[in-house]
Amino acid sequence: MKPKLAVRNLHLHYGTKEVLKGIDLDVPENNIVALIGPSGCGKSTLLRAMNRMHDLNPEAKVKGKILLDDDDIYAPGKDVVAVRRKIGMVFQKPNPFPKSIFDNIAYGLKIAGENNKQKLHAIVERTLRSSYLWEEVKDDLDKSALSLSGGQQQRLCIARAVAVEPEVLLMDEPCSALDPISTARIEELMLELKKQYTIVIVTHNMQQAQRVADLTAFMYFGEVIEFAPTRQLFDAPQMELTANYLSGNFG
Amino acid sequence: MQKRHFIDIAIKWLFFGAAATSVMVLLGIFGMLLFNGVKAFAHISLAEFFFSSNWNPSAYGKPSYGILAMLTSTFLVTLGAMLLAVPLGVGAATYLAQVATEKTRLILKPVIELLAAIPSVVVGFIGIVMVGPFIARVFGLSNGLTALNGAILLAVMSLPTIITVAEDAIRSVPNSFKEASYSLGANQWTTLIKVVLPAAYSGIIAAIILGMGRAIGETMTVLMATGNALAMPRGFFDPVRTMTATIAIELGEVPYGTTHYYSLFAVGALLFLISLVVNLLAENLAGRYRYKL
Amino acid sequence: MRQNSLQQRLGLNTLRFFVLLVLLFLGIILWEVFSKGSGVINSGFLFDYPRKGMTLGGIFPTIMGTIFVTLVTTIFAIPMGIATAIYLSEYANDNGINRLIRASIRNLAGVPSIIYGLFGVAVFVQGMGLGSSVLSSGLTLGLLTLPYIITTTEEALKNVPHSYREGALALGATKWEAIWTNVLPSAVSGIVTGSILGLSRAAGETAPILFTGVAFYLRYLPGSVYDSFMAMPYHLYILSTQHHAIEEVRPLAYGTALVLLSLVFVLNIIAFIIRYRYRNFNKARI
Repeated sequence: MKPKLAVRNLHLHYGTKEVLKGIDLDVPENNIVALIGPSGCGKSTLLRAMNRMHDLNPEAKVKGKILLDDDDIYAPGKDVVAVRRKIGMVFQKPNPFPKSIFDNIAYGLKIAGENNKQKLHAIVERTLRSSYLWEEVKDDLDKSALSLSGGQQQRLCIARAVAVEPEVLLMDEPCSALDPISTARIEELMLELKKQYTIVIVTHNMQQAQRVADLTAFMYFGEVIEFAPTRQLFDAPQMELTANYLSGNFG
Repeated sequence: MQKRHFIDIAIKWLFFGAAATSVMVLLGIFGMLLFNGVKAFAHISLAEFFFSSNWNPSAYGKPSYGILAMLTSTFLVTLGAMLLAVPLGVGAATYLAQVATEKTRLILKPVIELLAAIPSVVVGFIGIVMVGPFIARVFGLSNGLTALNGAILLAVMSLPTIITVAEDAIRSVPNSFKEASYSLGANQWTTLIKVVLPAAYSGIIAAIILGMGRAIGETMTVLMATGNALAMPRGFFDPVRTMTATIAIELGEVPYGTTHYYSLFAVGALLFLISLVVNLLAENLAGRYRYKL
Repeated sequence: MRQNSLQQRLGLNTLRFFVLLVLLFLGIILWEVFSKGSGVINSGFLFDYPRKGMTLGGIFPTIMGTIFVTLVTTIFAIPMGIATAIYLSEYANDNGINRLIRASIRNLAGVPSIIYGLFGVAVFVQGMGLGSSVLSSGLTLGLLTLPYIITTTEEALKNVPHSYREGALALGATKWEAIWTNVLPSAVSGIVTGSILGLSRAAGETAPILFTGVAFYLRYLPGSVYDSFMAMPYHLYILSTQHHAIEEVRPLAYGTALVLLSLVFVLNIIAFIIRYRYRNFNKARI
């Protein structure tokens, strides 16, 4: 099957330091792919490369390709803004904007020129329902998003990313700042979302990877050491390095 | 879609244009001062400029351009101001940063900022109507418009700068330092004097230097309140005329393009260099007190 | 140990005394100006022209002059300052040249105001031929205020969490859209506070306008930006040092000082209120 998102020989330098050393990775459509590995192995860097967040940092130099439906997002003259609309991102710390709940969800649609009130309302309701937040906030849509709890904020951020209907959703340790109950709700949400979207998630939590991911990639010092179906990677790792990491010998 | 991108790029260039203009104009100030100031030295020797205390540019036939007297005046007034403002300012900063309750601090800080907001011409006016006559009465002088008057007023004006910057430095001393001292049985005062203030040392020095910069550059206050006598001062009870006051007095009546005109720019360039050194020194020191937690 | 606690009491009380002394200075200045200035304040003082060699009448043209010149300063310095700060903070790379530019701007905020007066004379009055005018003075004060507005605006922008920018970009916003919809709304109170404080400083300055446009006495308000003007700070300077009957006009001087001080304080208090509310708002969202 043709991959939805394909990373091809991707190198990334911060100044003189090489952080990603020729990454190859295929992300199949409607799958959840987890990136695991010790701190500093480059998994978040790789994730951020997938929607060109490194453009913000003049120190970072990217070489190689990332193909979205066979179309290189790093091709010269490529419209970054359009790329980021198709590839959404949820960050490690919930980052709602200091606006109302409604305006947070509608933000991406509004900047894209959607001003029809009724349509916006319909989309806000639909995305909030799909992120299981609707029942909790339906009477408070005008309240500041900053008044929500951490777990609610993160689900709001996921809803916000989903509202613009991206094709791929990138999640950078989305549960690292949350309690176990909120984490469980978000994992549930991810499994629901993968029916429509393709998801790449960076996680430090091995159990989480096993619970949600179809495929898991183990990264170490800027390289993908092993990439396999999750069950296989955890139960019978092919590489010694992977086995060592999973048994807790380092990391 | 196309319009959004066009706006994005147009705005970036608009901002770039504004930034480039601002930066060029602001740097142009330095260039212009230097350019005009250097012209003065076509007719004035450097030795005369710096080592003669005789400033008489409009003397018929043989004008003289020595800035030693006004340089001394500037430093005399600044020194006096610092003698008063440093203990007061650092003491008040210590109180606000370490002794006062959070509520007191939140009320007092804006009040002290209000002191900084008083226009210098009003401070100069207070010097004429209040502080000057007071000095004359207390010390039995015929005229209170002296270096001492200027020093007192400049002390008041530099206090907010010293307090704000020093308070910031003293507050940034990590609590762990204090806790360590308390746990060894030291009381609050010993902890303040032996641990907290030494730890904030470079920030406090930065505060003092910035306060000094404020005093050196102040114009209207000294122009109004120090008597403007062009002679070499012998002490705090003499009237003085500082570098800033000289520019303010003479720029209005000097013909454009004369040596006298350029010599005022030379004085200005010197002032600029002094303030540059003061600011760089303070910034360098202030950067050092930041503790990494 | 007894000695030690006595030392502590003495020490802390000295510090307390120092703070009171600083407050006393402020109190004395305010009391002197308010007690002796309030007597002459009436509608005539505020809305009449000076009469009889400025020994009688009001200060109307000086109030209007100060407002005019501050307006020119505002129009010049605020857009320039904010635009420059946005460029430096949001667009410019953090390389050596830009760090040098930032350091120069910070340092220019500490340059004595008389230096700006010198620049104004050489460049605006003579170099550009704008003459002694509202425009020359306004631009000179604008340059004086510019570094201050740039630094405070940059500070306000720096305080906006990076995640607001990333979040917007990840949703497909262009850079400008992210700044306009997410960064600026969060920084606006800091920017407004800085701008008001900058203008309040400009309105009270005397040295930069001394030779760039302010006049001793005028019978008319400035008709255009190319005319000279009267201004409150300069008027106070004249009345207290240069007037032929200094003792006789002293009450007028006190009145002028009171009006000037009130203007500056009102601006500062407005700025303080904006900042205070913003601080509470910030607390609420953590």
